[in-house]
Amino acid sequence: MLSRTADSLFWIARYVERADFLARIVEATQRLATLPASYSGMGTEWESALESSGAAEGFRATHKSVDEASVVEYLTFAADNPTSIRNCIEFARTNARAVRTALTVEVWEAINGAWIELDRFASRNAGRARYDREDLSQFLEFVKKTSLDYDGSVYRTMLRNDAYWFSRLGLFIERADNTARILDVKYHVLLPEDEAVGGSLDYFQWTAILRAVSALTAYHWVYRENVKPWLIADLLILKIEMPRSLIACYDNIVYFLDAIGREYGHVGASQKHAHSVLSRLSHSTTKEIFSTGLHEFITDFVENNDRLGKNINQQYLVY
Amino acid sequence: MCFDEMTLADGEVRRVYSKIARWLANTPADRLSSRRAQAELLFRRIGITFAVYGENDSQERLIPFDIIPRVMLRSEWAALEAGLVQRVKALNLFLGDVYSGQEILKTGRVPSDLVLQNPQFRKEMMGRRVPHDIYVHIGGIDVVRTGESDFYVLEDNVRTPSGVSYMLENREVMMRLLPDLFAEHRVAPVENYPDLLLASLRSVAPLSTRGEPTIAVLTPGRFNSAYYEHSFLADKLGVELVEGRDLHVDDDCVYMLTTQGPKRVDVIYRRIDDDFIDPEVFRPDSILGVPGLMRAYLAGNVTLANAVGAGVADDKAIYTYMPEIIDFYLGEKAILNNVPTWRCREADALKYVLEHLSELVVKEVNGSGGYGMLVGPHASKAEIELFAAKIAKDPDNFIAQPTLALSTSPTFFPSGVAPRHVDLRPFILTGKNDIRVVPGGLTRVALKEKSLVVNSSQGGGTKDTWVVDDKIFEDARQTQGSMQDQSAVA
Repeated sequence: MLSRTADSLFWIARYVERADFLARIVEATQRLATLPASYSGMGTEWESALESSGAAEGFRATHKSVDEASVVEYLTFAADNPTSIRNCIEFARTNARAVRTALTVEVWEAINGAWIELDRFASRNAGRARYDREDLSQFLEFVKKTSLDYDGSVYRTMLRNDAYWFSRLGLFIERADNTARILDVKYHVLLPEDEAVGGSLDYFQWTAILRAVSALTAYHWVYRENVKPWLIADLLILKIEMPRSLIACYDNIVYFLDAIGREYGHVGASQKHAHSVLSRLSHSTTKEIFSTGLHEFITDFVENNDRLGKNINQQYLVY
Repeated sequence: MCFDEMTLADGEVRRVYSKIARWLANTPADRLSSRRAQAELLFRRIGITFAVYGENDSQERLIPFDIIPRVMLRSEWAALEAGLVQRVKALNLFLGDVYSGQEILKTGRVPSDLVLQNPQFRKEMMGRRVPHDIYVHIGGIDVVRTGESDFYVLEDNVRTPSGVSYMLENREVMMRLLPDLFAEHRVAPVENYPDLLLASLRSVAPLSTRGEPTIAVLTPGRFNSAYYEHSFLADKLGVELVEGRDLHVDDDCVYMLTTQGPKRVDVIYRRIDDDFIDPEVFRPDSILGVPGLMRAYLAGNVTLANAVGAGVADDKAIYTYMPEIIDFYLGEKAILNNVPTWRCREADALKYVLEHLSELVVKEVNGSGGYGMLVGPHASKAEIELFAAKIAKDPDNFIAQPTLALSTSPTFFPSGVAPRHVDLRPFILTGKNDIRVVPGGLTRVALKEKSLVVNSSQGGGTKDTWVVDDKIFEDARQTQGSMQDQSAVA
């Protein structure tokens, strides 16, 4: 397939996944921010939201103070934030339009339909005098539905060939990046101290992390335990059953890269690198990760994940 | 009074529209309105949009679609089809001649300067043979109707005629929206167009191609007004949609850059004009093209459809010589009429045109898309004077035609059904072995009352075109007759 086509397919998946993650971050943060001040910790939820979504720098360059309304606006509709939800959907659609022929009708309609709907939300948003939580929650719901619709259409209708594989690679690399980012921003609340039995104020911080990656229910099913920070780390890093865990993402990445390698009869730097990341994850334990430092582990992972993106780009997508 | 395709001057409904007339009479206006809204929704969702040059705000617009089909009898179509095939055959022979022996110029049947001075004449093509001598693989010939059996060709489009995706999508939408009406008509299908196109393109692969030819559609990119169509066709053909930046030329062969490295391309259905395809040979500032493409083309390593230089045949001045061209190469009389045309390059004609501007349609020889033309009867005095000055300054660049009484076809508006002028663009495919035309084509309709300009860039809309068997209307009569018999028995 054309390198340009593969590149677009890869990025459509990344943008849709990112939009979904941003919607969840905003939702989880909002929940945290509505708690009484004594529960919500340091009152810096919206700063963390900006950090997790990688938009902190851009925000600070254009805004003086961090408050809910302006952060939400920046993460959802702001045209000047290159990774606002709105821009993610716009970019996904621009890419989709450029490679219409590589998409099934269902996938195209999922993206194009969302783009048309987005316009309606954006104009309603623009006409509003003040920040409206009800409208916002409808919008976030729409964004999550969009990613389900897109993802389901890809899964159900695309041929299992390189077009599908590159699309899935984009999804899992983005997802791994998102999970790692939220761990990175929140790692300090996950550091095990003396086990405060019940009623820890951090409980709400912890569940916010789980909510952001839609894993709160999954947590209980997997551990049948109270929410504990090292188990959250375990779930999001090492549990292969958890679809957003780093290891699950790499399990998929390796699978799809191998499929491409087999099909093309040639493997390269991407395959080699992905295998080494997966092997590192498979041989890690929570205990070891905490003893060498959660922060260092995550930082290292984010770098490796970025490197894989670059390797794939060089190996297949440069046109 | 112009010919209405549904209702004759005396109020009688033409047989071919009898079912349509009944349907219109029996369907409440709000039902038609909601069908039309549904159609629009479908088009938007599928993403059938086009961009208009020079409009900033509306990056993507829908071409208005009218839900009342335009119906034509198979017998009417058959005559039209024969004329189209004849015309394309002659156009291909003309181009082959113009780029080799130039017999027709030597005999003076077509003035040499008209061809050789033409900006679309590509001297690079002189003495080069293209596979199977086919220059026009895809032709779009615009036809108008003025009476029961009077058809005229308005123009021949042999560069990169567009609109075929609308023909195909209009049909899909009609089948979904009005299944009963559709079934009742037994409409001749058009859905095999992409298949025929693919066969045509495959048949003209360079003789040196080994194995299956690799075909690609070359688009200027997503900002082009017809981008939707380019992607639609590539999709239906099952071939890559490439932009100039995806292609490169190495050792006079064309390659596209894929995830598995460079891949050789044999046939390019290009939707980019000659001027832009290769900055090494034509416009050096073109960023849409592929440097070296002409080298590969002239070396015979890739086929371009349509051929480079074909544009010389769809010039509006050459058009006026089509009856001579058909006679010269085929020894036949043209089946389809040319619109009588005054060539302003001829002194007598120029004089006549300038004296009768208010009655004539004047076109720029090299204009397209309805830009730069004067419709005399609808023009203000100031517009006419302005145009007269333009013609006097450069008469060679203009032709004039009488304002034809274009036929009208019933068209739906929220205020009711009203007649509107229509034309028809059938698409003619030429391959190694045959010339094929799918029955019908794209009907364009001038939505503004009394307007004669049907171009989508000028506010025109489209309709589905139905070619139906003459027989189905006889059956309808028989059914009625037999029902009467039954009631007689009862």
